[in-house]
Amino acid sequence: MSIASDAKQALQGAVQGVMAKAVALAPDSWIPGGEPDPLIRERYGHIGKPLSRIDGPLKVAGRATFAAEFPLEDMVYASLVFSTIAKGRIAAMDTSHAETAPGVVAVMDHRNAPRLAPPPVFMSAPKAANGDNLPIMQESEVNWNGEPVAVVLAETQEQADHAASLVRVTFEAAPALTSLDEAREQGTKPALFMGQPLHDERGDAEAALAAAEVKVDALYTTPRHNHNAIELHGVTVAWQGDVLRIHDASQLVAHTAWSIGQMFDMPEDKVIVTSPFVGGGFGGKCLWQHQVLAALAAKLCSRPVRLVLSREGVYRVVGGRSPTEQRVALGADREGHLKALVHTGVTVKTASNAMPEPFILPTRSAYASETLKLDVQVVELDMLANTFMRAPGESVGTFALESAMDELAEALNIDPVELRIRNEPEKDPSSGLPFSSRHIVEAWRTGAARFGWDRRDPRPGLRREGEWLVGMGCATGTYPYYRMGGGAARITLMQDGQAVVDIAAHEMGMGTATAQTQVAAERLGLPIEAVRFNYGDSTLPGVVLAGGSQQTAAIGASVGAAHRELVKQLLKLAGNDSPLAGLKPDDVISRDQGLCKADETARHESYASILSRAQQPSVSVEAEGPPPLETMHWSMHSHAAMFCEVRVNTVTGEPRVSRFLGSFDCGRILNPKTATSQFRGGIIMGLGLALMEEAQFDERKGRVMNPSLSEYHVPVHMDVPEIDVIWTDIPDPHAPMGARGIGEIGITGTAAAVANAVYNATGKRVRDLPLTLDKLL
Amino acid sequence: MTIVVNGAALDAPHDARVSLLDFLRETCGLSGTKKGCDQGACGACTVLADGERILSCLSLAVQYEGRSITTIEGLGQPGRLHPLQQAFVEHDGFQCGYCTPGQICSAVGMAAEIARGVPSHVTVDLGGEDILLSHEELRERMSGNLCRCGAYNGIVEAIAETYGAETLAEAAE
Ligand code: FES
Ligand code: FES
Repeated sequence: MSIASDAKQALQGAVQGVMAKAVALAPDSWIPGGEPDPLIRERYGHIGKPLSRIDGPLKVAGRATFAAEFPLEDMVYASLVFSTIAKGRIAAMDTSHAETAPGVVAVMDHRNAPRLAPPPVFMSAPKAANGDNLPIMQESEVNWNGEPVAVVLAETQEQADHAASLVRVTFEAAPALTSLDEAREQGTKPALFMGQPLHDERGDAEAALAAAEVKVDALYTTPRHNHNAIELHGVTVAWQGDVLRIHDASQLVAHTAWSIGQMFDMPEDKVIVTSPFVGGGFGGKCLWQHQVLAALAAKLCSRPVRLVLSREGVYRVVGGRSPTEQRVALGADREGHLKALVHTGVTVKTASNAMPEPFILPTRSAYASETLKLDVQVVELDMLANTFMRAPGESVGTFALESAMDELAEALNIDPVELRIRNEPEKDPSSGLPFSSRHIVEAWRTGAARFGWDRRDPRPGLRREGEWLVGMGCATGTYPYYRMGGGAARITLMQDGQAVVDIAAHEMGMGTATAQTQVAAERLGLPIEAVRFNYGDSTLPGVVLAGGSQQTAAIGASVGAAHRELVKQLLKLAGNDSPLAGLKPDDVISRDQGLCKADETARHESYASILSRAQQPSVSVEAEGPPPLETMHWSMHSHAAMFCEVRVNTVTGEPRVSRFLGSFDCGRILNPKTATSQFRGGIIMGLGLALMEEAQFDERKGRVMNPSLSEYHVPVHMDVPEIDVIWTDIPDPHAPMGARGIGEIGITGTAAAVANAVYNATGKRVRDLPLTLDKLL
Repeated sequence: MTIVVNGAALDAPHDARVSLLDFLRETCGLSGTKKGCDQGACGACTVLADGERILSCLSLAVQYEGRSITTIEGLGQPGRLHPLQQAFVEHDGFQCGYCTPGQICSAVGMAAEIARGVPSHVTVDLGGEDILLSHEELRERMSGNLCRCGAYNGIVEAIAETYGAETLAEAAE
């Protein structure tokens, strides 16, 4: 990030800050969500039903088509060559052997790649999507170890892969900064996240800590992580006249279309990005070099191109989560009331991206401490740009914070659940905003009862079964409600009572189409079968990021707005001969395949009747969701009480998770079947974070050393017990449908619950993840 | 020579380097078999060769001349799903669906292994007549199939229901 763009970010942040004040003070009714979404009142309709996924039959039969599976006529296959130095330049490149290898169509490198404008890095503009702002195969400079330096195109994948092995590159290395310790010696700098400093202070926390009756103060570290979606990043692209068609695996189709348009100097509507199914995203399926390289290559050879990264290629080209070193210090009185809460530390990014891992985020609204000091510092290394990975900030931040809470509970001799409840704040401790809906105490109480928390012996190392030590631990999980601007949707209602909802949203396993079909059917008063939900196409309305657990809210607000517009149009069409004559849109709701007066449901006319009288085969409306001011007016967060039982083998040190319960407070649950999977999936990734996941970074070379699924371990069947999940199901009155997002919260708190259980089992406090057996021997 | 894929005899590729996985996906257009690593670590590419589960990414297509391959497309189709496919839908044994064809083919092959009495690392009685498809046994035998979405509980439930194994609830007792 250049100094100028740092300043721009800071300025935008300051403007946001001023606006935030005004929004915080405005009356509730001016704010989206000030009037609760009418759907919150509906308790017996489609919402809340455990509907099986509507795309389930396609997926289990292998008929759901993913990005690398679209056949295109005359297509060529691509294979990449990567740099082997962290910084420097390409001194010489010999592609002659590759070019003459059988089947090779072209070899592209910085010398012959079509020219391209710099990539718009994520968060530098509303629709910017690129992982970094570095030129893509435009010059001889090398910026990270693993940067693509050549693309070989051939008739088959085998031919392309073989020819890629024949490309000879001579690199001229320059001094590179690839070690965190070395970088820290040269000085850290304050981190900016979405334009705002990751820094909060209230009172003199260090002084309060020094004076506290009981205190804990420790350093926690978390390593690099990779998303490792099972679907490899793949893309199939073709230039069709002046249109660039991209079959992508994407969490942000509209952002991608715009960003690629910027680079190729094309209007965004000439770039069509579709992504009907994504084989797992977790923050990793955004815009990286491979899509752009495929488009460049397709232009160069005038043929469609399929480019699928190898598993190693994913580690070289797609960023992951950065490592963190976090200090958490807690000071309390003897009753356990926090007097001081310090959460500070350092993380790693590059100069070319704007994403410091924001690990203090969960601490901002966590506890009612008298004083508070939060701070994130960054160093910039010469490496592949890091990025968002499931619950950026909260996932690793809760590990440190909630481990420290466990340490404090022990120092105080207070039950860890009780300690958390004692420090429950009345309003947001950082922003001072009222909570929109916070029922974490209820989640703790029901969770503790169900898990059998009272059976835990607080003294560590005492429960033994054969050669296994058994322990229990708990931790708070938390993730905010987000909703980003730009959401819009179209509803088309047909005379035969069918409706189509169009929005450029995404399905990567969350069950988007299923849950949103339920919501739309409810909103429109239609049976499920009468609604089709179209998504995953940049030509549809809306700019909707499937990230930050915000997609449900963004779609909800957009479809809600479109529905209001639809009611208006239908009332106009209904005219004076309708039982609805004279009613205002606000008096009317959708019910039983038509409209009726909200408080007089017998005054009803069906859509079919309205449209046929108006002699309209269909009506189509499009509307934008309101700007997302609700998060500046209320403190909106989901919470979870996580409970874990572990068994640690006294001979081998092997830790096994034997039971796990997540008790969630996430607003209303739209579909309990798919929500259960979301919660469990998050928790399982949290188990990986706790026990095994680590991208091992060679600090001398700046290269990940275990770029494969055999050496980067993720949880397998045998690592996962039955994960019990329960929820409060209390609607958030200020969120669309009363629902806050649920995709990320499961990974938060989980690692601390595991580490705390391991401590309870063994008496060993592990503060450095992952919690591998060597640390327990 | 030909390879029989889902009952149809197809010409084996000329290029001996072509993996069975790429043959299925790129030549036969059977993209239901998935590629998650191309190096034997994830199980997404699992298919059945004469009823036995194999990793098609670690197999050369030409090795399977004269043999019969069943892919996910051959097990069932929407409208006529295999009972295990149906159980995956009902128990939400997937999220993104990318590991799913491999999980399903693997489970079909595993059930046949159990029926043949092939023991695993966690089988207690190696000399016993029958192997009980316990929760532990099932998880051990399916551990070669990764699911990053973490649909493991649903997968286990679906397999247990289909093959009469111990359910999660029973295992917890
Ligand atoms: S693709 Fe074959 S095991 Fe991963
Ligand atoms: S369902 Fe996504 S990897 Fe298993």
